[in-house]
Amino acid sequence: MPRIRAGLLVSIVVVVVSWIGAARFADADTTTTAQGLAAWEQVYSVLTSPRCINCHTATNYPQQGDDRHRHVANVVRGPDGTGVPGLNCIGCHQETNADSTGVPGGRNWHLAPLSMRWQDTNDRALSSAEVCRAVTDRSKNDNLDGPGLLKHHEEEPLVKWAWNPGRKPDGSARTLPPLTHEQFIAATRRWVEAGTPCPGR
Amino acid sequence: MAIFQLKVNGEHREVNVDPSTPLLWVLREDLKMTGTKFGCGISACGACTVHVGGIATRSCIVPISHIGDRPIVTIEAMAADPVGRVVQNAWVEEDVVQCGYCQSGQIMAAVALLKVTRKPTEQNIEESMGGNLCRCGTYPRIRAAIKTAAAELSKGGA
Repeated sequence: MPRIRAGLLVSIVVVVVSWIGAARFADADTTTTAQGLAAWEQVYSVLTSPRCINCHTATNYPQQGDDRHRHVANVVRGPDGTGVPGLNCIGCHQETNADSTGVPGGRNWHLAPLSMRWQDTNDRALSSAEVCRAVTDRSKNDNLDGPGLLKHHEEEPLVKWAWNPGRKPDGSARTLPPLTHEQFIAATRRWVEAGTPCPGR
Repeated sequence: MAIFQLKVNGEHREVNVDPSTPLLWVLREDLKMTGTKFGCGISACGACTVHVGGIATRSCIVPISHIGDRPIVTIEAMAADPVGRVVQNAWVEEDVVQCGYCQSGQIMAAVALLKVTRKPTEQNIEESMGGNLCRCGTYPRIRAAIKTAAAELSKGGA
């Protein structure tokens, strides 16, 4: 009997401890999801800034400028987002900014694929939830999981270009996204660690 | 100033220029190759188009320091280029030119198109030539010449 009582006591202790632990984990999970959603909104503020969204169009052309007007010179998307023969993106945009002529540049300058459009065909930014769903849909995002998205934000040259966008033809500096790159990465990391939650999901 | 080693139309050329100098002005002022024209200076008209590394490039806005070792090909080399020769012949056949100022750029863009797309559709032509402006309005004849060149090329003309 004492052995049975002891076993029962141990079982009760295990159940209680597990219950407390689970409750604590659930609290942490809830908090993390909320924090992740807050972090996503920071990420979204960057993605929809002109330096990023101008090349994430839903149309047959890129945009330029803080007013996000249609790219001059009748530039078009082309079959793979790099323009067309005779009018390729890299026919003007070199591997680095050309500050003396005001033309931005970065390695492999091109439009994001239509699967990564972050605006509608009237050039209005999609909602936070819509962009989040697109960014996290591995059938649309080049099969990137959370860590892959973080790495993309950390290392992709055209992403990093947004924080080194060079000078405009008039010599003034192009505006930057609303967060620093470090803040953007920290926000992306919090969002990824929370499981890439999306609003309304 | 800095010295740059360039490969222009297959020839080695050396220039000593400010690194920020646009390729157009190196071609015209330093190398005295005036076939390439200055139009707008902001890559909006296409008159300055040359090929850099095989890509039609707006030479008015690309600083010479960005060229690297990529070969440069200009309108002066088109007569000796298999596709360029066919295109120039088509330009003559269709009597494309009026004032002629933009035509170097038009031909360089057309050659870039036809080197990649031997049977261009109307949309291909519209999109590839859409950045090259002609104030004389020779667009219908340009389109006709591109089709004529494409037909010639499909016969094995190049």
